[in-house]
Amino acid sequence: MISRSSPLVAAVTLVALVTAGPAAAEKVLRVAMTAADVPLTTGQPSQGGEGLRFMGVTVYDGLINWDLSSFEKPAVLRPGLAESWAVDEADKTIWTFNLRRGVKFHDGSGFDADAVVWNFDKLMKRDAPQFDQAQSIQGSQYYGTIASWRKIDEFTVEIKTKKPDSVLPYNLANLYFSSPKNWEAQGKDWNKVASNPSGTGPWMLKTLVPRERAELVKNPNYWDPKRIPKSDRLVLLPMPDANTRVAALLSGQIDWVEAPPPDAIPQLKSRGMQIVTNTYPHIWPYQISYLEDSPFRDIRVRKAANLAIDREGLGKLLGGLALPAKGMVTKGHPWFGNPTFDLRYDPKEAMRLLAEAGFGPSKPVKIKVIISPAGSGQMQPLPMNEFIKENFRDVGIDLEFEVMDWEALRGRRRAGAWAPENKGRHGVNNSWAFWDPDIGLLKTAASFEPVPTGFNWGRFSDPKADELVTKAKNTFVPAEQDKVLAELHTHIVDQAMWIWMVHDLNPRAMSPRVKGFVQAQSWVQDLTSVDMQ
Amino acid sequence: MLLYLARRILYTLPIAVGVSIVCFLLIHLAPGDPLSAVIPEGASPEVVAQIKTAYGFDQPLPIQYLNWIWRAVHGDFGMSIMTRRPVMSEVAPAVVNTMILAMAAVLLGFGFGILLGLIAGYTSGSLVDRAVTAISVTGVSVPHYWLGMVLIVIFAVHLGVLPAMGMGAQGSQTFALDWVSLRHLILPACAMAVIPAGIIARSVRGTVIEVLKQDYVQTLFAKGLPPQRVFVHVVKNAAPTVLAIMGLQFAQLLGGSILVETVFSWPGTGFLLNSAIFTRDLPILQGTILVLSMFFVTINLIVDLMQSVLDPRIKRA
Repeated sequence: MISRSSPLVAAVTLVALVTAGPAAAEKVLRVAMTAADVPLTTGQPSQGGEGLRFMGVTVYDGLINWDLSSFEKPAVLRPGLAESWAVDEADKTIWTFNLRRGVKFHDGSGFDADAVVWNFDKLMKRDAPQFDQAQSIQGSQYYGTIASWRKIDEFTVEIKTKKPDSVLPYNLANLYFSSPKNWEAQGKDWNKVASNPSGTGPWMLKTLVPRERAELVKNPNYWDPKRIPKSDRLVLLPMPDANTRVAALLSGQIDWVEAPPPDAIPQLKSRGMQIVTNTYPHIWPYQISYLEDSPFRDIRVRKAANLAIDREGLGKLLGGLALPAKGMVTKGHPWFGNPTFDLRYDPKEAMRLLAEAGFGPSKPVKIKVIISPAGSGQMQPLPMNEFIKENFRDVGIDLEFEVMDWEALRGRRRAGAWAPENKGRHGVNNSWAFWDPDIGLLKTAASFEPVPTGFNWGRFSDPKADELVTKAKNTFVPAEQDKVLAELHTHIVDQAMWIWMVHDLNPRAMSPRVKGFVQAQSWVQDLTSVDMQ
Repeated sequence: MLLYLARRILYTLPIAVGVSIVCFLLIHLAPGDPLSAVIPEGASPEVVAQIKTAYGFDQPLPIQYLNWIWRAVHGDFGMSIMTRRPVMSEVAPAVVNTMILAMAAVLLGFGFGILLGLIAGYTSGSLVDRAVTAISVTGVSVPHYWLGMVLIVIFAVHLGVLPAMGMGAQGSQTFALDWVSLRHLILPACAMAVIPAGIIARSVRGTVIEVLKQDYVQTLFAKGLPPQRVFVHVVKNAAPTVLAIMGLQFAQLLGGSILVETVFSWPGTGFLLNSAIFTRDLPILQGTILVLSMFFVTINLIVDLMQSVLDPRIKRA
């Protein structure tokens, strides 16, 4: 009996498996991150932009979210857990947020004004039982402007800023909300929450193995039906070595590689991998000193340095993965404006300007710049700096480097050009982001925003820039604010405030199975549209 | 023997204290702020001061050291700066993962090293000896991370027969003694085994040649003892020297390799150190280095004791 039916059963099972297989197959996206560890999972992720990208906007939402649906234009803000918000007409420090109704955390508890207050307490109220030092540190870049917060009713909250600050909505896009009920369920222990977090985002964390992997599954009940993930599972793997990431992709162990090295691109392409690039808010500059001993106090020297750089050549050195800079922000960005100083490659004009400023072959400009051999967003700093050194030498600028590791360099940037350890240094090669007006333009250009709370490293001081910064901070209509920011950008480019080199093109390599991804012009990306084939 | 054991254990104490001071100071003397990686952009001096206090970095260095070592002897190595997880919860699984890799590399490296060394020693001066010596010198000279990359390119990328990275299809938690997991072990173990294999082959060869020249070996041959019995005597007399080298190599393998583990994304102590170095996670760095140094000290102690068992003259000295 058994021997007769077995072949039949086997055949039927085989047919069923073959036909049912593809339909039932789980769609899994496996991503190799550049980070050496899985970013913090409890709410405010660690690991900078990569953390926000893979453990922020995936598991969580902000009151305001980034609109990441466009390839063509820079990402803008859109409603998230708040459906709408407004600043008080009479007192511009008071903001009211109307919360979205019907949103549930992954643990099933509801999102409301109490959850917002609880989460702000978690970050900023040091004596609150749920205060978490780790998340507080990660969020402090974004909540520094907030003075107080309170619940108005179940779905309305009020936030008061320390002074009028139109940039608040950008900051709120990076502050995420974790479930208070889940924190209680996990014994009020954030270390336990790390393995079982609960946000409101389109993905839910299922497994966390520190330093190794995080597995996220789709949230079928996500409040925005358009952003319910098309793939079932997202596996995140920390893989700091670039060659390992490439090998893992080529051997089929993963589907998606962050930041493949430029020299691996031809091989990846020849093996049928997709290389996706787009501009995003990143600039690779020298932030320069305006102190007494700095030759950059003379605008002619600043302009000459900007004109001496062969940015197209630099792009070729990087395998075409860099866009020549025309200023702090990319051309076409709403804040670009209309600068008259064109950042072109013009060594003759550079030499003319230097001669006019009293320099020449017998008296070269001598500058010393702090650089690092690697670091987040630093691209390929050593060959790039050597390339620039050659460019500078051609026009009569004698460039000397002080090389230090990335964290030491960041420390020297935070200390300011006037710090004793930075004496005699005229620039710092710290790659920069312009994802919000503060970090990109306002706090870099204002004389009243020195490091460490601001980002003005070199004491750039310009009355017109200061006036425009103040105006932008007090302009609350986004389109109007963009106009002021464009005016400010025009001015700082015309003043050659920094030496701007290139924008990174944010390359990613993917297997041909990855479909539907739209690379937004942003540090964060939306993985919900990825449909694994 | 007991007295010798007690004396040797006593000797390790100042070494352990010295190692802990050196590892603490080296990390704190590195330029830059220990909290640099966690201090956010735009943090005010007040926020920085708060963070320093929260992590205990506002104390003078000697106090920090005493606090750290006091907690460490009680098994508490502090919390990771980056993740706030207890250091031991990070170091312990990494040590286990490195041990798995080290044991595989030991089997490969010591097995091949001893075999090649014996062949070369017995055939000293011949073509076979030269070939074996060439192989072992190459083994010592090849940078293991480079070899790791080459192995990945050949076996994972081009042939597609072995995985390029990781510790099992679902990571270290599902690692088991099955083919799916062991496949992940082959390439990193080979890369790790090359240097110890080369070093051991060289030292076994040298020692065997030395022993073979001894009068008592000539006497054994002259007495007509069968070669396999003479071989036993040779091995026994060569063992103490080789054992000392093997001990050091084993300790080194247990220390993991920052480069090999990073190249293969193997979640061991080397990978942990790499990640801790880049994020300036001092508690993790200190904890991992201390645990690894203690491995070194302990294994040296065990090797010393084993040597004294094999060669009683050592004990008397």
